[in-house]
Amino acid sequence: MNKPTFNSARLRAAALALCLAQTFLAPVAAVAASEPPIKLMSLRGAEINASDPEGDGTRYGRDQAPLPRDFVQQPPLIPHTIKGYTVTKNFNKCLDCHAWARAKETGATKISVTHFKTRDGEELSSVSPRRYFCNQCHVPQSDAKPLVGNTFKPGTGMR
Amino acid sequence: MNTNKKGLIGRIRTLGWGFAAMLFIAGILFWGAFNTAMEWTNREEFCISCHEMKDNVYQEYRNTIHASNRSGVRATCPDCHVPKAWGPKMIRKIQASNEVLHKVLGTIDTPEKFNAKRLELAKHEWDRMKKTDSRECRNCHNYDGFDYAEQGRRSSKMHQTGLNEGKTCIDCHKGIAHQLPEVEQAIGAPKDGATPEEFHPPVAPEQAKPEAEKAPRG
Repeated sequence: MNKPTFNSARLRAAALALCLAQTFLAPVAAVAASEPPIKLMSLRGAEINASDPEGDGTRYGRDQAPLPRDFVQQPPLIPHTIKGYTVTKNFNKCLDCHAWARAKETGATKISVTHFKTRDGEELSSVSPRRYFCNQCHVPQSDAKPLVGNTFKPGTGMR
Repeated sequence: MNTNKKGLIGRIRTLGWGFAAMLFIAGILFWGAFNTAMEWTNREEFCISCHEMKDNVYQEYRNTIHASNRSGVRATCPDCHVPKAWGPKMIRKIQASNEVLHKVLGTIDTPEKFNAKRLELAKHEWDRMKKTDSRECRNCHNYDGFDYAEQGRRSSKMHQTGLNEGKTCIDCHKGIAHQLPEVEQAIGAPKDGATPEEFHPPVAPEQAKPEAEKAPRG
């Protein structure tokens, strides 16, 4: 029992020394560098450590029919709310309806066969693990106003 | 019997009616104390006073709809995990002595140990809910009161088909307040967790029949 106490005492001393060194040496180093301090900024001007903004009234749409696509190879949008739907190591909520085995019962769109391929183009008999995180490409829509204007027009074949 | 009864009344008479009244009051006090103690263990604060619950399942529950929502109406631990009716509540409380034993043994006192047991523990709750037709869900969610016009496109359809087939809440609504154990979903390497049949139990034909007759009513 004595030894760990001794060790932890030494550790604490070392940590204290490190703290002191930082307190006294860091300003010296900063002055020596004589560069303007880096000012951290968030993308939209909010405080870095501020909590999430309160709801601004935008809402995720209620269930609707599948949404049209605007460009070739666009991942289909999610036409329903996904609040509380989690994708964990143990369980993928999306595939609980969109998997081929579940789609008939649930009436959901089946996951595309393009998702059965490895990155080397090898066909698999089930969904490729690299397609596990659905929200990397597929996103739901809210009624938020666009942050910047744009002149984007859907591809000629998609209109 | 008659002589016995006379004897009893006679005995009370000899002890005095005052004593009988005292017995009656003692009974009320005992029942009150018993009930208070029982309800004291039926609070969220009591449940999460052990770190097995506080550090594992409680943290997972905090972000779910039953803990945090627009109007602040909450379903806490005992609302789902302890039956409301007296008899089933007593039985569940007696079963909970096993949980006290495993608290002492430290069976699930780290997240690693808890996750190793997650499938087994989840299955116990799924089975308990299934056996009672999801009684604890239905304490609040009475599906006779469902307004399908107010429900979303998906929930309206699935609730009507599911309930007409004789399904119960827990057949579909698993992992709504806590994280799920591994579930086999045919993605990548096979998993050791819950099989598709365990996760979405098929409807037994004899179960489907009586509920199907209810269909026109809904």
